[in-house]
Amino acid sequence: MKPMVTLAALGAAAIALAAVSGADASRYDQYLRPAKAPEPADNIGNPARVELGKTLFFDPRLSGSNWISCATCHNPSRGWSDGLPTGVGHGMQVLKRATPSLINCGFNTTLMWDGRAPNLEEQALGPIAAAAEMNQDLPGLVSKLSAIQGYPKLFNAAYPGEGISEKTIGKAIAAYERTILSGESPFDRWRKGDARAVDAAAKRGFEVFEGKGKCVKCHEGFNFTDNGFHNIGVKEPNGEVDVGRFAQRALRVNYGAFRTPSLRDVALTAPYMHNGAYATLEEVVEHYDRGGDVTEHLSPNMSPLGLTAGEKSDLVAFMKSLTGKQLVVTLPHLPN
Amino acid sequence: MIRLIAAAAVLAALPASATEVEVAQKNKKFSTTAVKAKVGDTLVFRNDDPFFHNIFSLSDTQSFDLGSYPQGESRKVVLKKEGTLEIECAIHPDMKLKVQVEK
Ligand code: HEC
Ligand code: HEC
Ligand SMILES: [Cu+2]
Repeated sequence: MKPMVTLAALGAAAIALAAVSGADASRYDQYLRPAKAPEPADNIGNPARVELGKTLFFDPRLSGSNWISCATCHNPSRGWSDGLPTGVGHGMQVLKRATPSLINCGFNTTLMWDGRAPNLEEQALGPIAAAAEMNQDLPGLVSKLSAIQGYPKLFNAAYPGEGISEKTIGKAIAAYERTILSGESPFDRWRKGDARAVDAAAKRGFEVFEGKGKCVKCHEGFNFTDNGFHNIGVKEPNGEVDVGRFAQRALRVNYGAFRTPSLRDVALTAPYMHNGAYATLEEVVEHYDRGGDVTEHLSPNMSPLGLTAGEKSDLVAFMKSLTGKQLVVTLPHLPN
Repeated sequence: MIRLIAAAAVLAALPASATEVEVAQKNKKFSTTAVKAKVGDTLVFRNDDPFFHNIFSLSDTQSFDLGSYPQGESRKVVLKKEGTLEIECAIHPDMKLKVQVEK
């Protein structure tokens, strides 16, 4: 009788392994999101900091016009982006680049399409002061917030003794942004062993993603990004030039290179690419299948893929399986 | 003639013990984060990842861009001056290596 039990146990183990299947089970952990985004020692998140940061994030008084908030462009109802090819800022100015989603931005080791911002604390002040975005000078903002009853109290609770300053504004917003995390997706449930969480197309698509499509060379790990910069040959509209990362570090490989975006919740954040060149994931897959359009300075990891029609739609199905449960956002009451 | 002599002089100036120091690039990391070497030593960077890496330095003591190269290939650089060199990969900015170059 004993051998039977062992066999049954073995069978169960085999089933468990098969459930994780498609790829090898030993790499299962690499796709699990860490519980928390890393934080700098001088800005460990706590409820008071997150609450203040959220209030600032949704407060249009952070702009010169008192009309544009961070959430105007990074709208939680649209995957923390704006659904536009490129952002629209102060006085309806159309920006050069697309508004990235903020989901999991706390894990990015550099920020912006060209990596010019080193951390969330510093990044937060950029769009406030930028004339084309929120057009609000920072000293003016400190006076403005100090005069709004209710803000001093919030700042004091979050950063006792530090006062209202550019620094504490940046810190609070960053603390809030670190809570904007991706939720569990069908893909994650599949990786955890629920074989029925995704359909066969998504499973085949994941194989294309890791294999023939070579997508993992750049979109790797739980956040599907290598935190790196690549020129994937995206065309600019009517002859415009965007040198991308090259403006930050003038090295040949950086010419026209942009930060690899995360693919978590990517189905929610069309249009795609730094300039919003593609309206759908299908168009993105066609781009990769062609091996990119602009061959000058093209990443050597790019080449025509020769995907079949089935493989292309499987890839799209896989990317759609990365849409997770969305964070429930309750809007803050802004102090008066 | 003059060229030859100049070349000979350079050779003579190299420390007798010039060596090759190999650093691997694997899982988007250098195999070490800090290296000590001597002027005249050669650093060899070997790509062990299934995608391209780059090597460059914009340090005051020495600046270079060795371009990008695939798995299995290496790039070399001879250390010219004493001081501290910061070496990075332009494709993956989290890859950083500090080289302490001594006389
Ligand atoms: C007018 C639209 C607009 C507004 C308002 C705006 N942003 Fe952005 N945001 C953008 C665009 C466009 C980019 C990308 C710019 C680039 O890479 O050059 C961006 C990039 C970012 C990034 C980098 C994300 C990443 O993964 O690289 C963060 C973080 C961010 N914004 C936070 C904020 C915060 C905080 C505020 C409010 C203080 C704000 N943004 C206001 C449009 C906007
Ligand atoms: C050489 C590195 C590299 C490879 C290989 C690669 N990507 Fe990308 N991917 C990037 C970069 C960099 C961008 C942003 C490029 C830009 O905006 O110019 C990007 C953008 C995207 C976007 C748009 C995301 C957004 O939010 O705008 C999607 C979707 C995507 N890639 C999917 C894929 C798929 C599917 C594959 C495989 C067929 C793949 N990628 C292969 C580097 C890569
Ligand atoms: Cu690299």
